[in-house]
Amino acid sequence: MQQSNLYIISFTLIMTIFLGSLLSFTRMQLGPIQKKQVEIDTKKKILGAVMDISTLTSDEVLNLYNEKMKSIVIDLDGEEIIQADGSKLVAEEINIQKNYKIDPKERKYPVFMFSSNGESVDYYIFPMFGNGLWDWISGFIALDEKLNTVIGVAFDHKSETPGLGARISSEEIQDRYKGKMIYNQINELVSVKMLKSENNKGLGSHEVDGMSGATITAYGLNDMISHYFECYDPYISKIKTSPRSLTFNK
Amino acid sequence: MSTEVKEKEVIKIKPAESFLSKRRRKILVDPLDDNNPISIQVLGICSALAVTIKLEPTIVMSISVVFVMIFSSLITSLIRNYIPVRVRIIVQLAIIATLVTLVSEFLKAFNYEMFKVLGAFVGLIITNCIILGRLEAYAMGNKPYDSVLDALGSSVGYAWIILVVAFFRELLGSGSVLGFKVFEMLGWYSFPTNGLFVDSIGAFIILGLLIWAQRTRNGYIEN
Repeated sequence: MQQSNLYIISFTLIMTIFLGSLLSFTRMQLGPIQKKQVEIDTKKKILGAVMDISTLTSDEVLNLYNEKMKSIVIDLDGEEIIQADGSKLVAEEINIQKNYKIDPKERKYPVFMFSSNGESVDYYIFPMFGNGLWDWISGFIALDEKLNTVIGVAFDHKSETPGLGARISSEEIQDRYKGKMIYNQINELVSVKMLKSENNKGLGSHEVDGMSGATITAYGLNDMISHYFECYDPYISKIKTSPRSLTFNK
Repeated sequence: MSTEVKEKEVIKIKPAESFLSKRRRKILVDPLDDNNPISIQVLGICSALAVTIKLEPTIVMSISVVFVMIFSSLITSLIRNYIPVRVRIIVQLAIIATLVTLVSEFLKAFNYEMFKVLGAFVGLIITNCIILGRLEAYAMGNKPYDSVLDALGSSVGYAWIILVVAFFRELLGSGSVLGFKVFEMLGWYSFPTNGLFVDSIGAFIILGLLIWAQRTRNGYIEN
């Protein structure tokens, strides 16, 4: 009986239906919790660019984020994207990796703003995405209210070499970016470059000490940062020339 | 041949075998040492190399493997007489894959940090040959309780090896244990961490030394 084709087909059919329903039921139950985890993770990264959040719990991070952060989604011309039905996009839901793969003109660029008093912006946080040595690298760069000085950075990577390129996600490397300038004195975009080799002397305000043994990753970082600041440049110059009264409507 | 048959009959006639009889203890303990899936059977090496850079993900991985192993053995053994022989491997794989997906989903919901670290490796438990091997070789032909003991033995045998490897890799490669900088705590600030141990090569070295030590102790002779 067990060997008959009918038995085999019925057995596999019942098994498939049972296991399939079990999995989809689990997925439905856990889906909202997973979504929240991803949200916490993104918000931690964004906040991590401007402050030390290592001692905060997930709920504290979410509260702080909701209280202090505002966001906007812009296009390459620096204008806020309004959808056909008049609604705005949610910056936290923009997938930067997917956007990186399409034409810069078509991309949606999220910008996050940190405000301690809820009226004026203290820091602007720009997400970016690029290629390291082995796989993608990504980052959030926070600039001050004048949109020039780097307040902090948070880099992430998929599979850079541990101990070499993977150091970009360490505090030691990220601290090197603090206080560096993106624009020069006559307001031209220069970006900030990581140099080759380590322990360089006499670093300029657009230069960051390099990582020994991870030059390709460093160049990947440089390309990512300069490319994305070029994309954000129209928005940044608009804010600089006409500081907008912020739409911090609570 | 005839004595073997007799022995089996004797076991069947016995009213109840003790909860941890000598035979059952052997099922449980054998894979820990004499018949270890990694160091003797040399199975599951790929994950032993991939997830053992740090101790913490290794612990999560070990727990996941023990869970998947025990429950897949139990389920397979319970329905062993109903599984059509011609599609048994598919059935076993479906059971393993379902359990692994469950582990992965739960990890994503309740320990997202760990989910990011382990990433694809949890999904790859499906291809861990130790699990499919034990289902096919043992759970398909034995009672549920014995199969669970066998699964527990094999998975813990796998777990202790990768935990030892991870302990040394994190200690020598990153100078820490479970993220605590042990050498700095002991006042040795200039401990030279070795990048080789962060790489898979480090796992090979430690695994090799482990197998060497074990075979010397047990007097293993290559056939």
